[in-house]
Amino acid sequence: MALLEIENLRKSFRTPCGQLLPVVDVPGFRLNAGEQVALSGPSGTGKTTFLNLIAGILTGDSGRIVLDGQNMTTLSEPDRDRHRAAVIGYIFQTFNLLQGFTCLENVLLGMSFGPGADRVHARSLLDRVGLGDRLDYFPRQLSTGQQQRVAVARALANRPKLVLADEPTGNLDPTNAAQALALIRELCAEQGSALLLVSHDPAVLASFPRRESLATLNQASRTEVIL
Amino acid sequence: MILWLLVRRSLRQHLLSTVVTALSLALAGGLLMSVWVVKRQARATFTGQTGAWDAVLGARGAKLQLVLNALFHLEASPGNVAFSDFQTLSSNRLVALAVPIAVGDNYLGYRIVGTLTNLFTEAEAAPGRRFRLVAGGRWFEDGYREAVVGSFVAQRLGLKPGDTFKPYHGLNFNPKEQHEDEYVVTGILEPSNTPADRVLWIPLAGLQNMSGHAAATASDVSAVLVKLRSAVAGQQLDMLYNKQGDRLTFAWPLGTVLAQLFDKMGWFDQVLELVAYLVALVAAGSVLASIYNSLSARRRDLAILRALGARRILVFASIILEASSIAAFGMVLAWGLYALIMGAVSAVIRAQTGVVLDPWAWDPVLIIAPLALVVLGALAGVLPAIKAYSNPVAENLAPES
Repeated sequence: MALLEIENLRKSFRTPCGQLLPVVDVPGFRLNAGEQVALSGPSGTGKTTFLNLIAGILTGDSGRIVLDGQNMTTLSEPDRDRHRAAVIGYIFQTFNLLQGFTCLENVLLGMSFGPGADRVHARSLLDRVGLGDRLDYFPRQLSTGQQQRVAVARALANRPKLVLADEPTGNLDPTNAAQALALIRELCAEQGSALLLVSHDPAVLASFPRRESLATLNQASRTEVIL
Repeated sequence: MILWLLVRRSLRQHLLSTVVTALSLALAGGLLMSVWVVKRQARATFTGQTGAWDAVLGARGAKLQLVLNALFHLEASPGNVAFSDFQTLSSNRLVALAVPIAVGDNYLGYRIVGTLTNLFTEAEAAPGRRFRLVAGGRWFEDGYREAVVGSFVAQRLGLKPGDTFKPYHGLNFNPKEQHEDEYVVTGILEPSNTPADRVLWIPLAGLQNMSGHAAATASDVSAVLVKLRSAVAGQQLDMLYNKQGDRLTFAWPLGTVLAQLFDKMGWFDQVLELVAYLVALVAAGSVLASIYNSLSARRRDLAILRALGARRILVFASIILEASSIAAFGMVLAWGLYALIMGAVSAVIRAQTGVVLDPWAWDPVLIIAPLALVVLGALAGVLPAIKAYSNPVAENLAPES
């Protein structure tokens, strides 16, 4: 059974001059539970918008997103928030760690909105990503590679069914990028989480058995709109 | 728990603005509480000081001036009362006790009051509390140049039994106006927290016959303190002196007379209150501005929280709680400030009047004002909370690719 099913998903934004610009127009997309898929696409093809629509952070103009049996497009905003916290782990290109919180607190916060903070699990995850001795460090006290590992631990802390990774290696050097990618894939496999990762890095894409091109999926991107 | 964590960290991240805003709220809270408590306690304490006496008889004039002069040793005497008037009143069956006083001299700025020893032996310093001397002293004897010194004066001037002093003429100290008469201190009054503490007491005849005083009025007194046998007696004497007579003033009931003082000072209370309210409003505005401005720097953090699954209402609540916490922190400081203000104000009032306010006495405003300011702080957080509530998530996360 598909964990994620998308049908005729459309999203447009209004430009300052009032024009409606289509950004996402995906007729269909499926992702099975535990599956790991890389979504390629150059800048401006609506990758982040696509992930934000799946996460329920944005709402589409039309279409249907069914995630873990819930139609995200018909849920109220609080229910979408609840569903996102319970089912999705989100890894951002820029990590998006909360600067005023320690590594451990960042992970615990991620858990708080889902099933609840589990300090033992949070510690073991940070230990698993090699930061067991940095629990009380603030993000600014960590290297970029370490920050991304905290972000990975946070995204996986709730044992999500789906991990969305938006250019997770985009800000890392090749060595750290390879380590971070391996870590994400290992942890997702260990927890049985599906992974939908968007990237334009050929090395990253090459490591995935299933690769999709957002430029092909997304009919809107063919309109050559620069986002 | 998560709310507290969010609020705590946010306050810590903006520590300087948090402290400055809390201090401004503390100032408002401290002022509000002080103004209210001073007003209420001053009224209650001043009117309570009259409890040992029921009325004052003096020269024709304003009752308030008469009472302030005779009981609080403030203001000038409205005039003299013939000794025969004192004797007539004293022998009236409606009067339980009448004690004359005479004023007009000072020692280094502290008033000297001439009276009879039965003021100390038969009257009370305050309701239920007799005058008492510090060990080693005794009451002065009528007909001798002896003095009993109030505790506050003794403390300030370092007087003790056996010391001598020469009074100065007039109610205000003028070094050129010293009398020749020398008085010996025979006793120091124990602190009574009444205006009696601020006075040097000498025999009535001593003041009346002080060198340089007019011989023609030597037997006059300044006022007569009166203890009545009943409330009805007050009405009868009021009728006798104030309505039928036109030479003397019978100030009764004292509570009502003193209330005029506070009514006259009402405008001052209102100004102070207004200032406190304005400070509170400015402080609430600073809560609003402080949090609102910090939101620009926190838009991304809020978006991250929302992306992690935090609901809008949690973000809203965290801002309201943050504003309330700043206000609550301010109120903790406000109690400290209140204690400082009250300490200073009560010291000034004690030095000026002898009346002692109790900064630690319970008053509902000590809870109501802080609570009201915390609510005001929370209300000041509503606008920033709405802004945070409507913070667009996707726009404030990483830039779109």
